[in-house]
Amino acid sequence: MSDELLNLSCKELRDAIAAGRVKSVAATETVFEQIEKYEPSVGAYISTFKEQALTQARQVDDKITKGRPIGALAGVPVAIKDNMCITFGATTCASKILENFHAPYNAAVVERLLAADAVIVGKTNLDEFAMGSSTENSGLKKTVNPWDLSRVPGGSSGGSAAAVAARMCFAALGSDTGGSIRQPASFCGTVGLKPTYGRVSRFGLVAYGSSLDQIGPVTRTVADTALILNVIAGHDQKDSTSISEQIAPVCDYLEKLDEPPKGLKIGIVPQLNEGAEQDVRKAIGEALEVYRNLGVEIAEITMPHFDYSIAAYYLIATAEASSNLARYDGVHYGYRTPRPNDYIEVYSKSRAEGFGGEVKRRIMLGTYVLSSGYYDAYYLKALKVRNLIRGDFTKAFESCNCVMMPVSPTTAFKIGEKIDDPLQMYLSDVYTIAANLAGVPAISIPCGFDSKNLPVGLQILTPAFTEEKLLRIARMYEKQNQWHLKKPALIK
Amino acid sequence: MAQLQYKAVIGLEIHVHLCTETKMFCSCALEYGLEANSRVCPVCLGMPGVLPVMNKHAFEYAMLTALALNCEISRFTKWDRKSYYYPDLPKNYQISQYDLPMSRNGFIEIALEGGLTKKIRIIRVHLEEDAGKNLHSAKGFSQVDLNRAGAPLLEIVTEPDMNSPEEVRALAVELQRIVRHLGVSEADMQKGHMRFEPNINLVIDKDGKDCKTPIVEVKNLNSFRALERSVAYEIARQLDEFAETGLVMEIGNKTTRGWDDANEITVLQREKEEAHDYRYFPDPDLVPVEVSDQWLEQIRSRLCELPIKKQMRYVSDYGLSDYDAGVLTAERAMADFFEEVVKDGGEPKRVCNLLTQTGLKLANEKGCSVAELGIKPKDMAELAKMVEDGQVSATASTTIFEKIVETAKSPIQIAEEFNLVQKSDAGELGKIVEQVLKDNPQAVDDVKSGGKKSKKARGFLLGQVMQKTGGRANPKVVSEILAKKLT
Amino acid sequence: MKNIINEKQVRAVAKLSRLDLTDAEVEVFSRQLSSILEYVEKLNKLDTANVEPLAHCLPVSNVFREDKIKESLGVEKTLANAPQRDGEFFKVPKILDDSSGA
Repeated sequence: MSDELLNLSCKELRDAIAAGRVKSVAATETVFEQIEKYEPSVGAYISTFKEQALTQARQVDDKITKGRPIGALAGVPVAIKDNMCITFGATTCASKILENFHAPYNAAVVERLLAADAVIVGKTNLDEFAMGSSTENSGLKKTVNPWDLSRVPGGSSGGSAAAVAARMCFAALGSDTGGSIRQPASFCGTVGLKPTYGRVSRFGLVAYGSSLDQIGPVTRTVADTALILNVIAGHDQKDSTSISEQIAPVCDYLEKLDEPPKGLKIGIVPQLNEGAEQDVRKAIGEALEVYRNLGVEIAEITMPHFDYSIAAYYLIATAEASSNLARYDGVHYGYRTPRPNDYIEVYSKSRAEGFGGEVKRRIMLGTYVLSSGYYDAYYLKALKVRNLIRGDFTKAFESCNCVMMPVSPTTAFKIGEKIDDPLQMYLSDVYTIAANLAGVPAISIPCGFDSKNLPVGLQILTPAFTEEKLLRIARMYEKQNQWHLKKPALIK
Repeated sequence: MAQLQYKAVIGLEIHVHLCTETKMFCSCALEYGLEANSRVCPVCLGMPGVLPVMNKHAFEYAMLTALALNCEISRFTKWDRKSYYYPDLPKNYQISQYDLPMSRNGFIEIALEGGLTKKIRIIRVHLEEDAGKNLHSAKGFSQVDLNRAGAPLLEIVTEPDMNSPEEVRALAVELQRIVRHLGVSEADMQKGHMRFEPNINLVIDKDGKDCKTPIVEVKNLNSFRALERSVAYEIARQLDEFAETGLVMEIGNKTTRGWDDANEITVLQREKEEAHDYRYFPDPDLVPVEVSDQWLEQIRSRLCELPIKKQMRYVSDYGLSDYDAGVLTAERAMADFFEEVVKDGGEPKRVCNLLTQTGLKLANEKGCSVAELGIKPKDMAELAKMVEDGQVSATASTTIFEKIVETAKSPIQIAEEFNLVQKSDAGELGKIVEQVLKDNPQAVDDVKSGGKKSKKARGFLLGQVMQKTGGRANPKVVSEILAKKLT
Repeated sequence: MKNIINEKQVRAVAKLSRLDLTDAEVEVFSRQLSSILEYVEKLNKLDTANVEPLAHCLPVSNVFREDKIKESLGVEKTLANAPQRDGEFFKVPKILDDSSGA
């Protein structure tokens, strides 16, 4: 019974709960049983809220019994990446420096989830301050890939992807600055969407790269992604960078989901795909075949500046990060060093003791590229290249409605494999970063497995604020396969 | 030591607190003198995940001020982060404006001696957020209060066009007058609404060659007096220093000195180990501001006549003295009230006297402004007319003024009630004068005799008439009658 | 690999970033940062003389808020996460210079 329950998608569960066929309390209890069984192996959660979740679930069941109106995610147990603020627990960003930080406010997306009657299961693990591609940079705990416990779940939203893959929640929220939703989603065989920059409010998302960060859903099906996007998308007065409804109105992303868009034309960049592992190339190629068989035209395009995205990203993101993380100083909140000799050491020792290596590296890189004498050569240059990369997308979308490519050059790599060479780790973001630089929406959907039975993800990108179309393109492929129904051996 | 020939070169950096309801980037109330950390929210506390949202009023106040300072308003302006670490700066960066400030290239006119004016050029005016406050507790640690963190601040930077402490003070006073007139700031220096940092150096003539001393920035000035004195002190100190060391201005040898108000000297502040590298870059959390023609005109239409223009107009149109016109235009409300009274028929000079003497005295006693005393302009006009016509004496008018404030009755009602109406009827007074002259023949003789006794006797006779009328005779009229009768 | 950022520079940057590093860390970071900076030099292959910098993706400007007061957190909530407090103040070791950092 619990197996059947956990196989339901969010949408199916929500409908069942609304119809009274399933109780949210039962679903929630089942999720927590799953957590008890598999969390010791997977380590997806930094904190869980069993009592509170059950209370929320009871309230939903109660509303339904009394015939009162319920929200779009009523009774569905979901998880939240631990870099989004909540009032009912800690928000650690997987860092010692915020290990005991309790925010006095909820992130905008959390408010929306609560208003939609979702049940919050817990906060998931991440690379510290979302800086990383494997979740190995977490300062608090280790998360592994449910498909192979010796491998990384991807990052930085590794905890969210692992929790969803292991059925330890029905869906999760992640954040994506350079691929941090899409890459772990692909490593863990789930769907992961990075919305258009400005589509979802960033208020309450602990900032890493402010002009690049977006919150998005990690789910098992495309319909679930649409369901959650319906809840979290929209203008927020508290976020000056969230787009107004006049310029880009939110629509119902579920409404036409099963209608494939007409006149679809896919653009692919063959030189780019060549950089991926053989098994990944094979899976991508097979997915494209499916589209071809559905009558979709596929054309070769070029994106001449794509290759420069990693370099531009690591200058822009680290510059913004060095500034965004300056506030962690042991003065107003967070970790303070126990024995500072003067007030300057409160800063320099607290930060040295509280931050992990990758965070320090990025802060220093960012400080360096913004500093006097280097600003033009590095930061300003990167902003110009960013414009060129956005230009590549604009041009691409003149001749096709979407671009497709791998999410990652490899499938999930072994724990410890890339951790000693930061640059090697950065280079694995080659396919995902450009979308953040250009601000366009991008999704990762499961498209097969490699010879080691590890999931492969297909990435689809469309123009800004066209999530509705993007999801329909994803759905038309999903309908043709069963990848999303496969389960990791661990939980069978 | 022979006095060297020199010219003082002074520029000012001014920070003005805007009196909006809320802070620059969050909706915390701007109130002063409250319990520490009681006006703080996650945004101005710089908590993880928070984002700034711009206060529209603050931007409009900035535009208004920039227009009043004759600046060009930038049609496209943006926000930048200025990074440095300090406990009163929760994000460890300040949101400010760097390369595209909201306005540039203006000037402010200051009044010099002898009715001349001088234009001091303004390089730029931009908006930023203020930091909180560090307090040094006696117990060996420091305390941080963030109530002020995030308050909207206007930064005004002048060219080094001032050449004396007096000019610096004149600029400071004029700027205060302007922002108060516009209603954008209370500009009370004691409350920290306005902060001044002069940058001073000297150009000294040494053997026909111009030598520039290193620039000194002075901080910690809490009054106009301190501002003026610190500039004067610095000029003298730099002269001495140059005479001793011959040190001249070089890149990187600008220093900061703090004003010690108790001892009235400037003190070198701890040398910073590294010059600040603020690492300015565009704030990714805020979008740019584009000023349309429509918006600009809307703001421009809110621009009122500036105090200096008003002052000059009072002098030329009403014949007031520069000083009096200055007093009337120190506060906008006072000037507005004055003009209402004049419109209602009050004679300007008379009204001016009433307002600046009795009016200000009463206002000070009550701790409010003249306009807040609650007098109707037409009552003030009536009172002025009564004095002008000799219906009441100037002394009596003070009493009447006070009573109007107390009772809200009209001037004529009060004058009658308290028996303050002067007797000015020449016929009636003439009879009384006749009587007094008859009763005091010796005095009459003394007056007619001329000489020293004459003046005293005249005064005595006047006094007698005043006594007989219970002090209500119009002394001017009496004097005239006496003069006629005693020739 | 070029030594683009040497140990002295690493220490200077660490100071600007308020990070106390050990000697071992300085050495490692010098190597790693140099390798990353060497990689980003590829950007110089692109001619960007006539390209505008793109700081904001969004075609948005003039986002404002009305000047209306909203309730503040209050002293207790403001200080709830403070590592050290003195009554209603945040507490730090004595700050020696009178000037602000600016």
